[in-house]
Amino acid sequence: MALDKAILDKYQPVIGLEVHAQLSTQSKIFAPDSTEFGSMPNTNVSVITLGHPGILPRLNKKVVEYAIKMGLACHCEINRVNFFDRKNYFYPDLPKGFQTTQDKAPICKGGYVNIKLKDGVEKTITLNRIHMEDDAGKNMHLAGEVDTLVDYNRAGVPLIEIVTEPDLRTSDEAFALMNELRKLVRYLEVCDGNMEEGSMRCDANISVMLKGAKEYGKKVEVKNMNSVRNVQRAIDFEIERQIELLEKGETIFSESRQFDAENGTTHGMRTKEELNDYRYFPEPDLQPLHISDKWLSDIRSTMPALPEELYARFHKDYSLSDYDISVLTDTKEMALYFDELCSKTKNYKAASNWVMGSVKSYLNELTLHLNDFPITTAVLSELIALIDSGKINYSVASQKIFPELLKADGRSPLKIAEELNLIQESDSGQLEPIVQEVLAKYPEKVTEYKNGKKGLMGLFVGEVMKASKGKADPKVTTALLNKFLDN
Amino acid sequence: MNIDQETIRKIAHLARLEFSEAEATAVGNDFNKILSWMDKLNELNTDNVAPLIHMSEEVNVLREDEVKVTISHEEALYNAPKKDSDYFRVPKFLS
Repeated sequence: MALDKAILDKYQPVIGLEVHAQLSTQSKIFAPDSTEFGSMPNTNVSVITLGHPGILPRLNKKVVEYAIKMGLACHCEINRVNFFDRKNYFYPDLPKGFQTTQDKAPICKGGYVNIKLKDGVEKTITLNRIHMEDDAGKNMHLAGEVDTLVDYNRAGVPLIEIVTEPDLRTSDEAFALMNELRKLVRYLEVCDGNMEEGSMRCDANISVMLKGAKEYGKKVEVKNMNSVRNVQRAIDFEIERQIELLEKGETIFSESRQFDAENGTTHGMRTKEELNDYRYFPEPDLQPLHISDKWLSDIRSTMPALPEELYARFHKDYSLSDYDISVLTDTKEMALYFDELCSKTKNYKAASNWVMGSVKSYLNELTLHLNDFPITTAVLSELIALIDSGKINYSVASQKIFPELLKADGRSPLKIAEELNLIQESDSGQLEPIVQEVLAKYPEKVTEYKNGKKGLMGLFVGEVMKASKGKADPKVTTALLNKFLDN
Repeated sequence: MNIDQETIRKIAHLARLEFSEAEATAVGNDFNKILSWMDKLNELNTDNVAPLIHMSEEVNVLREDEVKVTISHEEALYNAPKKDSDYFRVPKFLS
């Protein structure tokens, strides 16, 4: 499908997202079974999870706290009087015959998330709500198998569902929002944000209308996107599919469609309940949940600094570029490490280069977490100070000293530099003989240089470096070379 | 209040119940009796009365986030009409 840009431009896509995030609690939302991923099938279950008669569910306190944290991070109003509702439908992965959710009184109302697009444009996406609910089990339809196999380990795992208003207009905005939400749940440590493993899932409601139209088009829900990139692909495909239908004079059918990552298309799904009549009613087995001022402020006091806040502060305190700051605030661990480093050095630009460069690539290479990074901010700040004082140059620091520091054997950067004989020679008295020696070795090159081939300077500096075993201070060397060559 | 047979069939389907013609008529009569009783209750003015959802006054009946194993894998599968050593088995509903 490749529609003409002129045709695409006639239409305005309207997109809303429903994002499910599995909360990283130890136990389930209404039962004490483990939430561990990858256990043997049907081992993390209880009579509550399996929906036996006469059971009494009991709400996990941490689920409430995690949902509230996310709500506060998204500037939502926290609902003080909560209850749960039953959403009734029959499906084998739902042994109770209903999902326990919050229909009438979601724990978080309204709110917003700010996103930054690639071109630097900022946009505020309004949320409708964030509510708590339980996850379903897993159905397996294996080829050659007469039955469907059901594993209830996932049934009852706590979810929050984050529902946006239809505020998004492009797939790029959806992409940016998903990234921002994922960053938030990871900063808050309420969900691991791993879309590939299904701990974060996204359904997109997509419609298109003629530009300037007052009424939204019929919306289609697209499910099953297992990466942020696929959310974007699914939306792009669906927008074009709908425009093509409208261009042919056909009508859009309001339905649920499944995204197919293999070929980037969507196809219609059979609906769960053909009448789509969930007959919500309040869950009588769960007592009301009241959030006191005290509880709310206790939760607020455990919140970490959030990316937006750090972004603003790094901008103000360290005057770094937008790009640098967005890389540095990508994960909480990196932002905190950098911030700590900046309390020990005043050379913020160097600090940012080290964290974004050597530190990040070391972690990426070994797929390590920053918490396991062996070099403390104190040691790294000493290394920066050593370069700033002119004792060593940057390339020696990154290629020779940094790898030694990774051994974390208690030696300071200065000690390593001395042991490896890397302290830079910046005494021009010591360097002069070496410079003269190099110039004497290349009389023709010197003549060429004097005749205007200024590019040869690099060669001379390189030779001096070589002769000094990398210890010559490049600045002093260049000054000396200039002095001799210009005479 | 008079409930028609189509509504009965729709509700029966949602509840996954099957009735014969005679049973459906009987159920329809029962339904009508219940709805008449509801009509009677509706005579009472309940404006400004919050709906009663819970019978007790208790709030915040919460659990700490602690894992407990309460039944074994074998016990979990014990009552299943169809199972294997790992899974519950249900009639295949997607091809």
